[in-house]
Amino acid sequence: MLRRDFLRLSSAAAGLSLVPIGSHAWAAINPQGAERRFVVVLLRGAVDGLNVVVPHAEAAYYDARPTIAVPQPGHPGGALNLDGRFGLHPALASLQPFWRERSLAFIHACGSPDATRSHFDAQDYMESGTPGVKSTPDGWMNRLLAQLPGKRESTSAVAFGPTVPRILSGRLNVANVPSGRAADQPMPIDRPIIDAAFDRLYGGDDPLSRAYQEGMRMRVRVLADLEADMEQADNGAPSPVGFAMDTAHLASLVRKDPAVELAFFDLGGWDTHVAEGASEGQLANHLKPLADGLAVLAKSLGPAYRDTVIVVMSEFGRTVHENGNRGTDHGHGNVLWVMGGPVNGGRVYGAWPGLDPSRLYQNRDLAITTDFRSALSLIIARHMRLSQRALAQVFPGAPPTPTAIAGVVRA
Amino acid sequence: MTSSLALARHVTDRLGYGPRPGDLDRVASLGVDRWIEEQLNPRTVALPTDFAARVANLATPRLSPLQVFAEYGPPSVRPLVAGKPTPDEIRTRNQRMQFVAQQAVQLRLLRGIASPCQLEECLTDFWFNHFNVFIDKGLDHLWLGSYVEEAIRPHNLGRFRDLLGATAKHPAMLFYLDNWLNTAPGSPGAKGPFSGINENYAREVMELHTLGVNGGYSQADVIALAHILTGWTIGPVRRPPVPRPPFAGFRPARAAVPRMMPLGPPGRGTFAFDPDRHDFSDKLFLGQSIHGDGIEEGERALDILAKSPATARHIGFQLAQYFLADDPDQGVVDSMARTFLSTDGNIRSVLRTLFRSETFRSPASIGAKYKTPYRFVVSAVRAGNVPVKNFRPLQGFMARLGERPYGCLTPNGYGNTQAAWLNPEGMMDRVSFAVALSLGHLPLEAAPDDAVPGMMAAPRMGGIVPAAPAQPAAHSPALDATALVATLGSQFSAATKAAIDAAPPQLKAAVVLGSPEFMRC
Repeated sequence: MLRRDFLRLSSAAAGLSLVPIGSHAWAAINPQGAERRFVVVLLRGAVDGLNVVVPHAEAAYYDARPTIAVPQPGHPGGALNLDGRFGLHPALASLQPFWRERSLAFIHACGSPDATRSHFDAQDYMESGTPGVKSTPDGWMNRLLAQLPGKRESTSAVAFGPTVPRILSGRLNVANVPSGRAADQPMPIDRPIIDAAFDRLYGGDDPLSRAYQEGMRMRVRVLADLEADMEQADNGAPSPVGFAMDTAHLASLVRKDPAVELAFFDLGGWDTHVAEGASEGQLANHLKPLADGLAVLAKSLGPAYRDTVIVVMSEFGRTVHENGNRGTDHGHGNVLWVMGGPVNGGRVYGAWPGLDPSRLYQNRDLAITTDFRSALSLIIARHMRLSQRALAQVFPGAPPTPTAIAGVVRA
Repeated sequence: MTSSLALARHVTDRLGYGPRPGDLDRVASLGVDRWIEEQLNPRTVALPTDFAARVANLATPRLSPLQVFAEYGPPSVRPLVAGKPTPDEIRTRNQRMQFVAQQAVQLRLLRGIASPCQLEECLTDFWFNHFNVFIDKGLDHLWLGSYVEEAIRPHNLGRFRDLLGATAKHPAMLFYLDNWLNTAPGSPGAKGPFSGINENYAREVMELHTLGVNGGYSQADVIALAHILTGWTIGPVRRPPVPRPPFAGFRPARAAVPRMMPLGPPGRGTFAFDPDRHDFSDKLFLGQSIHGDGIEEGERALDILAKSPATARHIGFQLAQYFLADDPDQGVVDSMARTFLSTDGNIRSVLRTLFRSETFRSPASIGAKYKTPYRFVVSAVRAGNVPVKNFRPLQGFMARLGERPYGCLTPNGYGNTQAAWLNPEGMMDRVSFAVALSLGHLPLEAAPDDAVPGMMAAPRMGGIVPAAPAQPAAHSPALDATALVATLGSQFSAATKAAIDAAPPQLKAAVVLGSPEFMRC
């Protein structure tokens, strides 16, 4: 059976109106669309922020890390100088153009005020948006979705991966798109005779039925979007791999589907207790595909990049001192990455507490001068134009914005 | 009051991976209580000959870590007979390493699908996730099989302290959570990558394996325990340290493999205590002073952890969440914790407390759990009595659904709650799997690949695993809906029965396996 036929039929079965399949098909039925987009990337496992945005002017940094410090700019394998104080890890070279054109900024010494060094608790707090409170039932991106004005579509918020993460779960249904090549593989459920048989089972309002219905709606839209994309992608250029494949998928969705407002990715492999490396090695090998994927996203978004903000965050930072195995253990403060058209980039924001032993959190970790909720609140308020009242629903009890980060995003 | 048929279905769903044809009748005729006791004492159950033969045929998981390392270990540390290995030799060795990992996965799936000792298999799943290691970290794909066979399975129903000690000392765990590197700074053995404290295992053993994150320990206790466990490493330890090139600093993780004697005496334990890397000072751990006398410090610390009331509560909760409900009844958890403390952590007794509780058998508990992807796939194969020679399509679906066998990167292991697994894309995938399996579209009867070492690569992260090359008659037979309904004890709602009736004949079995009643257990 031709895919366009079953798409048409399955749209009908899923209760959607018949739409032509082709470029900008969705724009036709959703002429308003989202004006602004917000993308969150969570690095699970605690990335070593001090080796991402390197405080290369601090002797204490080099004292603490005899084998894993990124050398100063100008030296072999050295950091890419940002502002004389900080430098970018050399594996992030593909992001340097965005720094230069001032659409990339960082907020250093940022993180969650909770003292936990448990990955799982810290991620839970970063996703619930309520540090120290375990009973919060939903994730802050789900609450944010509820506060956004306009009509909600099944693609208003998109999570990439096999499950819907904590950050996007809650009252509103959110669909997920499989990672990598699995995204556009045909499935039995795409055949109308089959989905008709299952529609009878899952027509209700219970959790399984809601997930099923959301899955069907998403499947129809994503397949339509990706089908067109695959046709274009055959045009000689090598397909991106790994994270970049997913970010390219997102860009393609955004280009064709104006409903997309929120998107979420998560990446693992940052828990570098052993053989972390400096300019090269384990951390570098993880940073490069991340940077390349972000660069692909920014470029593939085209004009939509002007209205997109991308944030990269991680549950906590790592110890200032390297441990006995040329790695780092669980720490506290980290760096938050902010990228996109509305960003006042080319600056490292945030009050820098320094790495002098007297300034460290519990004598071992980078201290936090910006609560991650204040940073995200500011970005959301300005970029997604949320009122203070709406913002209080997303991050209840967030502390006020420190002046040191006030200019990071334009309204 | 739960009907006896519904109760038989409930216990086969919870103490196992659901019924195969005839199982419910068997449980009903034996009596639910006797069947539960049988499951709690798997050594009393006779294994079918063909099943035992297939298990025996998957031999590498029963090799000791040293043996498997010697026979299948990485090319870089094999004795170099004639200088550098050729690319062909390296490829063959890599295939042999993947073969070992694939056998471990196959054995797990084979037992889940076909073992009559179903509770034993659920507990292997439970305890493996509790003491998770990751198939793609360094040499752990070589040691997985032995980890399950030596550290997990023998202690599934035994004393918790034995399980804790066995996992603490197995090279798969020592490597996964880095304790093999954990070294007292400035000690005589401190050198290269072995030159200081690594907190990784010390933290996770308290947070995840024993006390729980709110179990009352501090960062100072994490550091104290890390010092207590210095020198707990992977052996044999060689003296004097073998000179090797200075640590280059930036080797990728996969290259940072323990240097072991590849030709050690077979069967010798590979846990080693290296006194030259141990911190012999006295420590204060969880309010108790630990005299610095070597390996015994670690044993005492594990004793303290295993006897703690916080551990009893944590393990009680974890078991109840897995076997009873996502948010289990506090009264049941409390009585399980009491049993844990009064029996010195006897897992069989703790489970008996749960299975005998009224809550476990109440109607509210029936169908209260949403199946994990692993459970969904295994239970569907069991219900359909589908013969499986080629496990790769099953692995592929589990990976696509986010639960690749042994593929959880993080030490908390895979979750087992509805919140973790119910999502739109997952529903699409489950329904699609139900269709493919019931129509006989999966090449499950392709020739097994366990006869030819290293012919195929094991599945890596994510994606669908390429199926084995198509062969004549490689596909499993289509399933019969009437037989499926009977196997499952006709436990369906009126709406589901109507949907089965309304489905075209060839899709009725798919609707059974894709029904809400089959998604739950």
